Amino acid sequence: MNFDKELDARGLNCPLPILRAKKALGELTTGQVLRIIATDPGSVKDFAAFAKQTGNELLSSAENNKEFEFYIKRK
Amino acid sequence: MSTNPEMEALINQKLDELLPKKLEALLQEREESKTPSMTIIATKGTLDWGYPPFILASTAAALGWDVTVFFTFYGLQLVKKDISDLKVSPLGNPGMPMKMPFGPDWFKSINWNIPNIVQANIPGFEAVATGLMQQTIKNNGVAGLAELRELSQEAGVKFVVCQMTVELFGFDHADFVDGMDYVGAASFLPVAQKADVNLFI
Repeated sequence: MNFDKELDARGLNCPLPILRAKKALGELTTGQVLRIIATDPGSVKDFAAFAKQTGNELLSSAENNKEFEFYIKRK
Repeated sequence: MSTNPEMEALINQKLDELLPKKLEALLQEREESKTPSMTIIATKGTLDWGYPPFILASTAAALGWDVTVFFTFYGLQLVKKDISDLKVSPLGNPGMPMKMPFGPDWFKSINWNIPNIVQANIPGFEAVATGLMQQTIKNNGVAGLAELRELSQEAGVKFVVCQMTVELFGFDHADFVDGMDYVGAASFLPVAQKADVNLFI
């Protein structure tokens, strides 16, 4: 999937991945996509809730090798 | 004025049917367009108790909420310029696991159940426990307290400080970080009244 910005949140724990993602999204323009890689298992539900609450669209959420990958489109 | 009872009954019946639905839709629309808000009263000044206010405040701000934190009593410690000296004490705190942040896994998993009477009599026990906690925080990729506080302020979380306790404990405004309002309960309560979430920590 194409993306415009990438955020490496590996090794970070709640709530840092969300806070950094919010900041990174702020640097994008409407319609641009942020890719996030995280290792916090709680981030799967947290990014879904974050997207729902903020109106930014969670395009995909996947796990491979204990790493979580998210694509979020800026509102 | 002459009214047709049948007609009136019909109108009333129709209104009873339509109004609740209309009202519900309007209320829901209002609810959805409203910015959620939260107020937190932070009253504790130890390393462990410093986390909940800043984690919740910064996360709520990231979700787009309006957040106000009211620091009072020992919570004042959390807004001092330098908070690297905040401590945590396992003394009289049976809920706090005492585990070592280093060594092999079997060693790290031991919960050191040290009696209060021993903890209270070893000089520097609190300092050691605090050092171990700080290392555990670091090992787990958990943010430092000062970082969370900075992120909260950056994200627009409003900090207000209880002026009465500032005076009570002999603090000076210069002891605290910039960008705060010094107020009393009468200023805070109207903000809390309008908030969706109110927490006392």
